Amino acid sequence: MNEPLQLISDFQPSANLMQFIEISILTLLLVVSIAMLRMRRLFGVVMLSGIYSFLSALFFVALDAVDVAFTEAAVGAGISTILMLSAMLLTARREKPFVPGHAFLALLVCVVVGGALVYATFDAPLYGDPMAPANAYVGQAYVDRMAVEISMPNIVTGVLASYRGYDTMGETAVIFTAALGVMLLLGLGSERGGRVVSDVPPEPEASPSSDSTAQNSTAQNSTGQKSPAPTANSPIGREDAP
Amino acid sequence: MMMFVAAATAILVAMGLALGRALIGPTLYDRVLAGNSFGTKTILLLGLMGFITGRPDFLDIALLYALMNFIATIAILKFFRYRTMGRGMRARTLEARKTGGSDG
Repeated sequence: MNEPLQLISDFQPSANLMQFIEISILTLLLVVSIAMLRMRRLFGVVMLSGIYSFLSALFFVALDAVDVAFTEAAVGAGISTILMLSAMLLTARREKPFVPGHAFLALLVCVVVGGALVYATFDAPLYGDPMAPANAYVGQAYVDRMAVEISMPNIVTGVLASYRGYDTMGETAVIFTAALGVMLLLGLGSERGGRVVSDVPPEPEASPSSDSTAQNSTAQNSTGQKSPAPTANSPIGREDAP
Repeated sequence: MMMFVAAATAILVAMGLALGRALIGPTLYDRVLAGNSFGTKTILLLGLMGFITGRPDFLDIALLYALMNFIATIAILKFFRYRTMGRGMRARTLEARKTGGSDG
């Protein structure tokens, strides 16, 4: 029991620094998610969700879950941003105006479920606990037998590709089907999926943080390119032109 | 150790500044640039975390992040240039501009 404590105290300064970094990352995550909730412009929300993915991937690395961080960076920050933009082509560019109301039932459900989840984490093993079930029995068996049985240098790859091979094959089929469905929904390769979309006309100077329409209208024609007639139907990028 | 603390603080402050620009950025390009530079700060912090914990193996992942950041930025800018995703869009968009109608 003394040994792990000794190990921790050896790394105390860097552990403190890592703790500081982790707390900062979590604070930034909180700020980004609240901003995503409050922002009405969908493009800003897409950019913020990319930032959120980068932050959470960073946090996964801090927790030593490198493979999860890899997936989060590739899927969350890379593919999801592009898919969200494609989906934005099919809808309006602004969220509908928020109607303030009192949804007490929803608040109650959220509080109860959140409290139950937090309560459930009290039973979870501590981070890095060597006696946790995930570290003690099965995981240790994989670590011991991997070198003898399939001699792969990376244990995670070995479990995914060999011990859980059929499971991974099924997952791949599921992901392939999902990708097909998303591509059919978005109609990639055709403009706006062949749909006619009418955007909500932007209210002038809706909020101080939204955009600078007046400044844009003067600078719009300086790009030298012919832009289509600025109707309310004209697609993304018009009112944001430099 | 002091160097690590200083570097981490500097990178976190820079992340906060980029985030602020993404939140209040008046034009679209401010937001794109803020997202891009936030990704760069992520890569820096990832490398720094690798060196703090004494395992700089994570630099591979930092490379992947850099690629992802690049691809996402290119995709976003291409999207706003041609207003579509997918292939053959340039010809169609130019055609739509020539006819003068909106391409919706």
